[in-house]
Amino acid sequence: MPVITYRQALNDAFAEELTRDENVFLMGEEVAQYNGAYKVTEGLWERFGSKRVIDTPISEAAFLGLGVGAAMMGLRPVVELMFWSFAYVGFDQIINNAGCIRYMSGGLINVPMVVRGPANGGTNVGATHSHTPENFLANTPGLKVVCPATPYDAKGLMIASIRDNDTVCFMENTLLYGDLGEVPDGAYTIPLGVAEVKREGIDVSLIAHGRAVLTCLAAAEILAAEHGIEAEVVDLRSIRPLDEETILNSVAKTHRAVLVDENKPFCGVSSQIAALLAEHAFDDLDAPVLRVTALDAPAIYSMPLEKLQLPDAQAVVAKVLSSF
Amino acid sequence: MARTLSLPSKSKKTAAKKVARPAAPKVATKKATPKPAQAAAKPVKKAPSKVLAPKAAPKKAAASKGKAAASTTGIAAPAKVASLDFSKSPFNASLKPAQKVGFLREMLRIRRFEQQALKYYNQGIMGGFLHLYNGQESVAVGTASLMNGHDEIITAYRDHGHALAVGMGMNECMAELFGKGTGCSKGKGGSMHFFAPDKHYWGGHGIVAGQTPLGLGLAFAIKYKKINGCAVAFLGDGAVNQGVFSECLNMAALWDLPIVYVIENNGYSMGTSLERSSAVNGSLAKRAEGFCVEWATCGGFDLYELRANLGAAMERARKESKPMVLEVSTYRYYGHSVADANAKKYRSPEEIERYKTEYDPITIWQNQLLKEKVVTQAQIEKIDAEAKAEAAAAAEFGISSPWPTEESIFEDIYHEVDHKTEAGQTGRFFFSE
Ligand SMILES: Cc1ncc(C[n+]2csc(CCOP(=O)(O)OP(=O)(O)O)c2C)c(N)n1
Ligand SMILES: [Mg+2]
Repeated sequence: MPVITYRQALNDAFAEELTRDENVFLMGEEVAQYNGAYKVTEGLWERFGSKRVIDTPISEAAFLGLGVGAAMMGLRPVVELMFWSFAYVGFDQIINNAGCIRYMSGGLINVPMVVRGPANGGTNVGATHSHTPENFLANTPGLKVVCPATPYDAKGLMIASIRDNDTVCFMENTLLYGDLGEVPDGAYTIPLGVAEVKREGIDVSLIAHGRAVLTCLAAAEILAAEHGIEAEVVDLRSIRPLDEETILNSVAKTHRAVLVDENKPFCGVSSQIAALLAEHAFDDLDAPVLRVTALDAPAIYSMPLEKLQLPDAQAVVAKVLSSF
Repeated sequence: MARTLSLPSKSKKTAAKKVARPAAPKVATKKATPKPAQAAAKPVKKAPSKVLAPKAAPKKAAASKGKAAASTTGIAAPAKVASLDFSKSPFNASLKPAQKVGFLREMLRIRRFEQQALKYYNQGIMGGFLHLYNGQESVAVGTASLMNGHDEIITAYRDHGHALAVGMGMNECMAELFGKGTGCSKGKGGSMHFFAPDKHYWGGHGIVAGQTPLGLGLAFAIKYKKINGCAVAFLGDGAVNQGVFSECLNMAALWDLPIVYVIENNGYSMGTSLERSSAVNGSLAKRAEGFCVEWATCGGFDLYELRANLGAAMERARKESKPMVLEVSTYRYYGHSVADANAKKYRSPEEIERYKTEYDPITIWQNQLLKEKVVTQAQIEKIDAEAKAEAAAAAEFGISSPWPTEESIFEDIYHEVDHKTEAGQTGRFFFSE
């Protein structure tokens, strides 16, 4: 199977869908002639032209809302946010419009749009550029939220998201764009709402999404090699819809859960998983549910300190050990 | 060679045809005279509204009429400094030689500071983004030189120049770039987030146009507190397309707020030329007309010209409590940020070279001062050497400074917690274990 980057996997997904469905178009700042601020859309403008791959002014509210309106008319906009942090100037369009129109129209109107871009800290760009809004987007019934960790998942989830008839908020990660992985040629989909056990284990469930999944996998290796603990790593892949079954099955097997989340702890994604476990896995648990999250402070610029703000493998290992 | 067409070669069909506006100025060709007309620094009156008696245009700005100002689109072809003598403007006529030399020093300090920072950024010792102000120094220095001690300014992420111009030290700024605890924001903000409220400098803002309503708030507070000052908020030619800026213009006019919005038009927002991002009729500043806000355009390469126009705008804001939009043509030499690998693809190397050689604000000012005989070549070289040495010492300071402490991650979030007030002690504030 070809080995390509996460970035290329996304690029391939766009190319597939642009080719397959003439209603699909890409739009955002610098996506066309500049090839994307992070080169995710490289070559697509050249290949598909200015009707399908469109540069916008720095007007997020307007082009997000335009995406909603166009989607209402049956187009399938794939709207790039250079950073998810910039969605905040257009939040009204995502929450009030994309998130509520279907409901308020009694199902008369659909909004098949993808809003995508990187949402991560860890690159020393300061608090305003390091937000991870998956928790508050997932807090809006009507929106879907997807966070792929690997190139394979990125492509399959992106194609599924573009074909999805609801608005999907697709969260990438600038630190993952260069990661390599096996990705099949051609189109394939990964259904939203299906988690994946990325590593089998029997002693503890590490539950994560996005880049934190890779942190968990690294931690699991250390736990196995140095502590004889076999951790199971559950990659949520999508936050909403959420695959509760896979989570509960894993915890029923391991009886321990450590939630690892680059999202903030307060009302973060991990809080939701913890609530799920409290409600439905109480009898399975041999230890309290523990969390390793981003530190509960705005992202600091300073390089070595920002590293401390995000979960790393050592922190996960320490947390797991504390649960035994 | 018109800048409108300097797109990646692959632009094929799209570029030339869809992108170029018919009236694109051939800024490259010297003789292309952008209509000096209305677009020039003469503020256009807006429809007289009940609030705003269409008073005489700021006299200062009137003086610059006929100056090659921002042309139909893109950057103004900066008229040769000589074409109109702004040195006689009331804002310039009384300048003392020492002040003029001081402006040169400030511009050189900014340039040398950034070149020093660039060196370390390229070595990977600095993090994040580094948006350089090289080529635009005159705008920050000119503005700071007009501040009356009660004026307040605020800008975007391309903020090193403004910071140094208002008097922030090289050490604290450089240390911030290195992410050190001795930085102006204790290593918490980085390049895009320098602040010095004590110097009337409110940042340093990373979200495009996010500073524009904050500037409005500064102006509101100035008026509310009956301070004899104004607010100056900077934004880029790309930032004008954020909705919030339009909202600001309306409120500024509606409430007669003393603010000058300075559009630093450097022709590009990241890799997008002005022509590809903005629908324009004459100038970006002209959009203000629709909001009953007066506007003007001027060149930003010559400090005299900038000071004459901005001085008039600030004076009017202070005296009449009225907003104004001033579009200043300028140019950045480096990419959008240092990480911008395409910096020479969306514009030609020749274009960059042309601005560096013909329109460099520092060179223009040096030549002016030499002509006026207020400085000698030897003195210039000495000033420059001092600026370089200061920048090198600042880098040393930054490198040798300590990192912020780990505990500091949770400081500076809530005032009440930091100060251990009663309000900071009830309830739980932070949710990391
Ligand atoms: C809301 C928002 N959208 C996008 C960005 C990314 N971005 C940062 S600067 C910039 C270009 C701004 O250009 P301009 O306003 O002309 O200012 P200049 O960089 O030329 O000084 C973009 C797109 C951002 N920081 N904030
Ligand atoms: Mg610009």
